[in-house]
Amino acid sequence: MKSIWYIIVGTFLGVILYKSEAASWFRIYEMFQFDSFHMYGIIGSALAVGIVLVQWIKRSKVKSFFGEPINIQDKERSFARYIIGGTLFGLGWALAGACPGPMYILAGTGYWPMFIVLFGAVVGAFIYGILRNKLPH
Amino acid sequence: MLYQPWPWYIAGPLIALVMAVLILMGKRFGMSSNLETFCSIGGAGKFTDYFKVDLKSRRWNLLVVLGSVIGGFLGAHLLSPNPAVQISEKTVTKLNELGFESAGTAYLPTELFSMEALTKPLVWIILLVAGFLVGFGTRYAGGCTSGHAISGLSNLQRPSLIAVIGFFIGGLIMVHVLFPLIFGS
Repeated sequence: MKSIWYIIVGTFLGVILYKSEAASWFRIYEMFQFDSFHMYGIIGSALAVGIVLVQWIKRSKVKSFFGEPINIQDKERSFARYIIGGTLFGLGWALAGACPGPMYILAGTGYWPMFIVLFGAVVGAFIYGILRNKLPH
Repeated sequence: MLYQPWPWYIAGPLIALVMAVLILMGKRFGMSSNLETFCSIGGAGKFTDYFKVDLKSRRWNLLVVLGSVIGGFLGAHLLSPNPAVQISEKTVTKLNELGFESAGTAYLPTELFSMEALTKPLVWIILLVAGFLVGFGTRYAGGCTSGHAISGLSNLQRPSLIAVIGFFIGGLIMVHVLFPLIFGS
Protein backbone atom coordinates (compact mmCIF):
# COMPACT_ATOMS: atom_id res chain seq x y z
CA MET A 1 0.00 0.00 0.00
CA LYS A 2 2.98 2.28 0.52
CA SER A 3 3.58 2.08 -3.23
CA ILE A 4 0.58 4.20 -4.11
CA TRP A 5 1.88 7.01 -1.88
CA TYR A 6 5.21 7.18 -3.72
CA ILE A 7 3.32 7.40 -6.99
CA ILE A 8 1.09 10.17 -5.62
CA VAL A 9 4.07 12.19 -4.33
CA GLY A 10 5.77 11.73 -7.71
CA THR A 11 2.64 12.81 -9.57
CA PHE A 12 2.46 15.95 -7.46
CA LEU A 13 6.13 16.66 -8.22
CA GLY A 14 5.60 16.11 -11.94
CA VAL A 15 2.71 18.58 -12.08
CA ILE A 16 4.65 21.21 -10.09
CA LEU A 17 7.80 20.96 -12.22
CA TYR A 18 5.83 21.09 -15.46
CA LYS A 19 3.42 23.86 -14.46
CA SER A 20 6.10 26.06 -12.90
CA GLU A 21 8.08 25.74 -16.18
CA ALA A 22 11.12 24.53 -14.21
CA ALA A 23 11.10 21.70 -16.77
CA SER A 24 11.37 24.14 -19.69
CA TRP A 25 14.67 24.36 -21.56
CA PHE A 26 13.96 28.07 -22.10
CA ARG A 27 13.72 28.78 -18.36
CA ILE A 28 17.09 27.13 -17.73
CA TYR A 29 18.72 29.21 -20.49
CA GLU A 30 17.07 32.36 -19.14
CA MET A 31 18.35 31.53 -15.64
CA PHE A 32 21.96 31.23 -16.82
CA GLN A 33 21.52 34.54 -18.67
CA PHE A 34 20.25 36.18 -15.43
CA ASP A 35 17.34 37.59 -17.45
CA SER A 36 14.58 36.59 -15.05
CA PHE A 37 14.04 36.01 -11.36
CA HIS A 38 11.71 33.05 -11.99
CA MET A 39 14.09 30.08 -11.49
CA TYR A 40 15.94 31.82 -8.65
CA GLY A 41 12.56 32.42 -7.02
CA ILE A 42 11.64 28.74 -7.30
CA ILE A 43 14.96 27.46 -5.92
CA GLY A 44 15.20 30.24 -3.31
CA SER A 45 11.68 29.81 -1.94
CA ALA A 46 12.06 26.00 -1.99
CA LEU A 47 15.20 26.44 0.09
CA ALA A 48 13.68 28.92 2.52
CA VAL A 49 10.80 26.55 3.25
CA GLY A 50 13.06 23.48 2.99
CA ILE A 51 15.52 24.70 5.62
CA VAL A 52 12.67 25.32 8.09
CA LEU A 53 11.08 21.92 7.44
CA VAL A 54 14.36 19.98 7.67
CA GLN A 55 15.39 21.77 10.87
CA TRP A 56 11.97 21.03 12.34
CA ILE A 57 12.21 17.34 11.39
CA LYS A 58 15.70 17.08 12.89
CA ARG A 59 14.97 18.96 16.12
CA SER A 60 11.53 17.56 16.89
CA LYS A 61 12.83 14.00 16.40
CA VAL A 62 9.49 13.30 14.74
CA LYS A 63 8.96 9.69 13.61
CA SER A 64 8.26 8.79 9.99
CA PHE A 65 4.67 8.18 8.85
CA PHE A 66 5.45 4.49 9.29
CA GLY A 67 6.69 4.91 12.89
CA GLU A 68 10.42 4.58 12.17
CA PRO A 69 13.06 7.03 13.40
CA ILE A 70 14.21 9.49 10.71
CA ASN A 71 17.89 9.69 9.88
CA ILE A 72 19.01 12.41 7.44
CA GLN A 73 22.52 11.50 6.35
CA ASP A 74 25.22 14.13 6.06
CA LYS A 75 26.98 14.36 2.69
CA GLU A 76 30.47 12.91 2.58
CA ARG A 77 33.12 15.62 3.04
CA SER A 78 35.19 16.28 -0.05
CA PHE A 79 35.92 19.00 -2.56
CA ALA A 80 37.08 17.50 -5.85
CA ARG A 81 34.09 15.29 -6.58
CA TYR A 82 31.60 18.06 -5.90
CA ILE A 83 33.28 20.78 -7.91
CA ILE A 84 34.31 18.58 -10.88
CA GLY A 85 31.14 16.49 -10.95
CA GLY A 86 29.05 19.59 -10.36
CA THR A 87 30.65 21.49 -13.24
CA LEU A 88 30.17 18.56 -15.64
CA PHE A 89 26.56 18.32 -14.51
CA GLY A 90 26.09 22.06 -15.05
CA LEU A 91 27.41 21.84 -18.62
CA GLY A 92 24.88 19.12 -19.36
CA TRP A 93 22.05 20.81 -17.46
CA ALA A 94 22.37 23.97 -19.57
CA LEU A 95 22.71 22.07 -22.87
CA ALA A 96 19.85 19.62 -22.27
CA GLY A 97 17.86 22.31 -20.46
CA ALA A 98 16.78 19.62 -18.04
CA CYS A 99 18.05 17.90 -14.93
CA PRO A 100 17.09 14.26 -14.26
CA GLY A 101 13.60 14.92 -12.79
CA PRO A 102 12.36 16.98 -15.76
CA MET A 103 13.97 14.48 -18.17
CA TYR A 104 11.65 11.70 -16.98
CA ILE A 105 8.71 14.09 -16.95
CA LEU A 106 9.28 15.43 -20.47
CA ALA A 107 9.95 12.00 -21.97
CA GLY A 108 6.61 10.85 -20.56
CA THR A 109 4.87 13.96 -21.80
CA GLY A 110 5.64 13.07 -25.39
CA TYR A 111 8.85 14.96 -26.14
CA TRP A 112 10.36 11.80 -27.64
CA PRO A 113 13.87 13.25 -28.29
CA MET A 114 14.19 13.42 -24.49
CA PHE A 115 14.63 9.62 -24.55
CA ILE A 116 17.93 10.21 -26.38
CA VAL A 117 19.02 12.55 -23.57
CA LEU A 118 17.88 10.01 -20.99
CA PHE A 119 19.79 7.26 -22.77
CA GLY A 120 22.92 9.46 -22.70
CA ALA A 121 22.36 10.08 -18.99
CA VAL A 122 22.12 6.37 -18.17
CA VAL A 123 25.30 5.72 -20.20
CA GLY A 124 26.98 8.58 -18.30
CA ALA A 125 26.00 7.07 -14.96
CA PHE A 126 27.27 3.69 -16.17
CA ILE A 127 30.65 5.08 -17.28
CA TYR A 128 30.98 6.84 -13.91
CA GLY A 129 30.39 3.50 -12.17
CA ILE A 130 33.14 1.91 -14.28
CA LEU A 131 35.66 4.73 -13.78
CA ARG A 132 34.88 5.80 -10.23
CA ASN A 133 37.88 4.09 -8.63
CA LYS A 134 40.21 5.98 -10.98
CA LEU A 135 38.63 9.43 -10.43
CA PRO A 136 39.61 11.93 -7.72
CA HIS A 137 36.89 12.07 -5.05
CA MET B 1 -5.21 30.10 -12.20
CA LEU B 2 -4.55 26.34 -12.31
CA TYR B 3 -4.27 26.52 -16.09
CA GLN B 4 -1.85 29.44 -16.12
CA PRO B 5 1.88 28.88 -15.48
CA TRP B 6 2.39 28.61 -11.71
CA PRO B 7 4.37 31.45 -10.11
CA TRP B 8 7.66 30.73 -8.37
CA TYR B 9 6.29 31.48 -4.89
CA ILE B 10 3.78 28.65 -5.29
CA ALA B 11 6.13 26.15 -6.96
CA GLY B 12 9.16 26.58 -4.67
CA PRO B 13 7.37 25.91 -1.36
CA LEU B 14 5.51 22.97 -2.96
CA ILE B 15 8.83 21.42 -4.05
CA ALA B 16 10.08 21.80 -0.45
CA LEU B 17 6.87 20.08 0.68
CA VAL B 18 7.57 17.13 -1.65
CA MET B 19 11.04 16.83 -0.12
CA ALA B 20 9.65 16.96 3.43
CA VAL B 21 6.97 14.34 2.69
CA LEU B 22 9.62 11.98 1.27
CA ILE B 23 11.79 12.50 4.39
CA LEU B 24 8.72 11.86 6.56
CA MET B 25 8.19 8.63 4.61
CA GLY B 26 11.71 7.64 5.70
CA LYS B 27 13.22 8.31 2.26
CA ARG B 28 14.96 11.23 0.56
CA PHE B 29 14.43 13.53 -2.41
CA GLY B 30 16.91 12.61 -5.14
CA MET B 31 16.07 11.93 -8.76
CA SER B 32 19.48 11.11 -10.22
CA SER B 33 20.15 7.93 -8.23
CA ASN B 34 17.46 6.37 -10.41
CA LEU B 35 19.92 6.59 -13.31
CA GLU B 36 22.13 4.10 -11.45
CA THR B 37 19.12 1.91 -10.75
CA PHE B 38 18.44 1.78 -14.50
CA CYS B 39 22.06 0.65 -14.99
CA SER B 40 21.57 -2.09 -12.39
CA ILE B 41 18.34 -3.24 -14.03
CA GLY B 42 20.16 -3.34 -17.37
CA GLY B 43 22.78 -5.72 -15.95
CA ALA B 44 25.60 -3.27 -15.19
CA GLY B 45 26.41 -5.37 -12.10
CA LYS B 46 28.27 -7.70 -14.45
CA PHE B 47 30.85 -4.98 -15.05
CA THR B 48 31.39 -3.56 -11.58
CA ASP B 49 30.16 -4.32 -8.08
CA TYR B 50 29.09 -0.68 -7.80
CA PHE B 51 25.90 -1.59 -9.67
CA LYS B 52 25.22 -4.75 -7.66
CA VAL B 53 22.44 -3.37 -5.50
CA ASP B 54 19.30 -4.73 -3.94
CA LEU B 55 16.76 -3.50 -6.46
CA LYS B 56 13.95 -3.82 -3.93
CA SER B 57 15.54 -1.04 -1.87
CA ARG B 58 15.43 1.24 -4.95
CA ARG B 59 11.86 0.46 -5.90
CA TRP B 60 10.25 3.37 -4.02
CA ASN B 61 12.26 5.92 -5.99
CA LEU B 62 11.28 4.34 -9.32
CA LEU B 63 7.66 4.73 -8.20
CA VAL B 64 8.31 8.44 -7.59
CA VAL B 65 9.68 8.63 -11.16
CA LEU B 66 6.61 6.81 -12.47
CA GLY B 67 4.42 9.29 -10.62
CA SER B 68 6.34 12.27 -11.96
CA VAL B 69 5.84 10.99 -15.51
CA ILE B 70 2.09 10.76 -14.83
CA GLY B 71 2.16 14.23 -13.26
CA GLY B 72 4.05 15.71 -16.20
CA PHE B 73 1.53 14.15 -18.57
CA LEU B 74 -1.39 15.62 -16.61
CA GLY B 75 0.31 18.99 -16.35
CA ALA B 76 1.02 19.14 -20.06
CA HIS B 77 -2.14 17.62 -21.53
CA LEU B 78 -4.88 18.60 -19.07
CA LEU B 79 -3.64 21.70 -17.27
CA SER B 80 -1.82 23.64 -19.99
CA PRO B 81 -3.96 24.89 -22.88
CA ASN B 82 -1.02 27.02 -24.02
CA PRO B 83 2.46 25.44 -23.80
CA ALA B 84 4.35 28.63 -24.75
CA VAL B 85 6.77 29.76 -22.04
CA GLN B 86 6.77 33.54 -21.61
CA ILE B 87 10.49 34.09 -21.19
CA SER B 88 11.88 37.61 -21.04
CA GLU B 89 12.20 39.68 -24.21
CA LYS B 90 15.97 39.86 -23.75
CA THR B 91 16.20 36.07 -23.69
CA VAL B 92 14.05 35.75 -26.82
CA THR B 93 16.34 38.16 -28.67
CA LYS B 94 19.48 36.27 -27.61
CA LEU B 95 17.96 32.94 -28.63
CA ASN B 96 16.77 34.28 -31.99
CA GLU B 97 20.34 35.36 -32.70
CA LEU B 98 21.49 31.80 -31.97
CA GLY B 99 18.91 30.46 -34.42
CA PHE B 100 16.22 29.38 -31.93
CA GLU B 101 13.13 30.73 -33.69
CA SER B 102 10.81 28.85 -31.31
CA ALA B 103 11.85 30.99 -28.32
CA GLY B 104 8.74 32.38 -26.62
CA THR B 105 6.35 30.16 -28.58
CA ALA B 106 6.98 26.66 -27.18
CA TYR B 107 7.77 24.72 -24.00
CA LEU B 108 10.95 23.20 -25.43
CA PRO B 109 12.89 24.46 -28.48
CA THR B 110 11.64 22.66 -31.58
CA GLU B 111 15.17 23.12 -32.98
CA LEU B 112 16.29 20.33 -30.57
CA PHE B 113 13.20 18.51 -29.35
CA SER B 114 11.03 17.78 -32.39
CA MET B 115 10.99 14.75 -34.69
CA GLU B 116 12.04 17.05 -37.52
CA ALA B 117 15.13 18.13 -35.58
CA LEU B 118 16.17 14.47 -35.33
CA THR B 119 16.90 14.40 -39.06
CA LYS B 120 20.06 16.37 -38.22
CA PRO B 121 23.01 14.33 -36.95
CA LEU B 122 24.28 17.32 -34.94
CA VAL B 123 21.08 17.31 -32.87
CA TRP B 124 21.60 13.63 -31.95
CA ILE B 125 25.15 14.42 -30.85
CA ILE B 126 23.99 17.42 -28.78
CA LEU B 127 21.26 15.41 -27.03
CA LEU B 128 23.54 12.44 -26.32
CA VAL B 129 26.42 14.58 -25.05
CA ALA B 130 24.08 16.68 -22.91
CA GLY B 131 22.58 13.54 -21.37
CA PHE B 132 25.99 11.98 -20.83
CA LEU B 133 27.29 15.07 -18.99
CA VAL B 134 24.20 15.14 -16.77
CA GLY B 135 24.42 11.42 -15.95
CA PHE B 136 28.17 11.30 -15.41
CA GLY B 137 28.35 14.63 -13.59
CA THR B 138 25.46 14.01 -11.25
CA ARG B 139 26.73 10.62 -10.11
CA TYR B 140 30.28 11.96 -9.74
CA ALA B 141 28.92 14.84 -7.63
CA GLY B 142 26.61 12.46 -5.76
CA GLY B 143 23.40 14.30 -6.58
CA CYS B 144 21.59 16.67 -8.90
CA THR B 145 19.30 19.64 -8.45
CA SER B 146 16.96 17.71 -6.14
CA GLY B 147 19.67 15.96 -4.10
CA HIS B 148 22.08 18.87 -3.70
CA ALA B 149 20.39 22.20 -4.54
CA ILE B 150 17.15 21.40 -2.68
CA SER B 151 17.80 18.55 -0.19
CA GLY B 152 21.46 19.15 0.57
CA LEU B 153 21.24 22.92 0.94
CA SER B 154 18.05 22.57 3.01
CA ASN B 155 20.14 20.47 5.38
CA LEU B 156 22.91 23.14 5.29
CA GLN B 157 25.47 20.79 3.77
CA ARG B 158 28.72 22.40 2.65
CA PRO B 159 29.37 19.67 0.01
CA SER B 160 26.04 20.53 -1.61
CA LEU B 161 27.01 24.20 -1.75
CA ILE B 162 30.24 23.23 -3.56
CA ALA B 163 28.24 21.06 -5.98
CA VAL B 164 25.73 23.86 -6.68
CA ILE B 165 28.59 26.29 -7.33
CA GLY B 166 29.88 23.67 -9.80
CA PHE B 167 26.42 23.47 -11.42
CA PHE B 168 26.57 27.21 -12.06
CA ILE B 169 30.19 27.23 -13.27
CA GLY B 170 29.26 24.54 -15.81
CA GLY B 171 25.96 26.15 -16.80
CA LEU B 172 27.47 29.60 -17.27
CA ILE B 173 30.36 28.23 -19.37
CA MET B 174 27.89 26.30 -21.54
CA VAL B 175 25.49 29.19 -22.14
CA HIS B 176 27.98 32.05 -22.46
CA VAL B 177 31.04 30.39 -24.01
CA LEU B 178 29.96 27.18 -25.73
CA PHE B 179 26.47 28.05 -27.03
CA PRO B 180 27.81 30.64 -29.53
CA LEU B 181 30.26 28.00 -30.80
CA ILE B 182 27.69 25.20 -31.03
CA PHE B 183 24.67 27.13 -32.34
CA GLY B 184 26.07 30.42 -33.56
CA SER B 185 27.35 29.38 -36.97
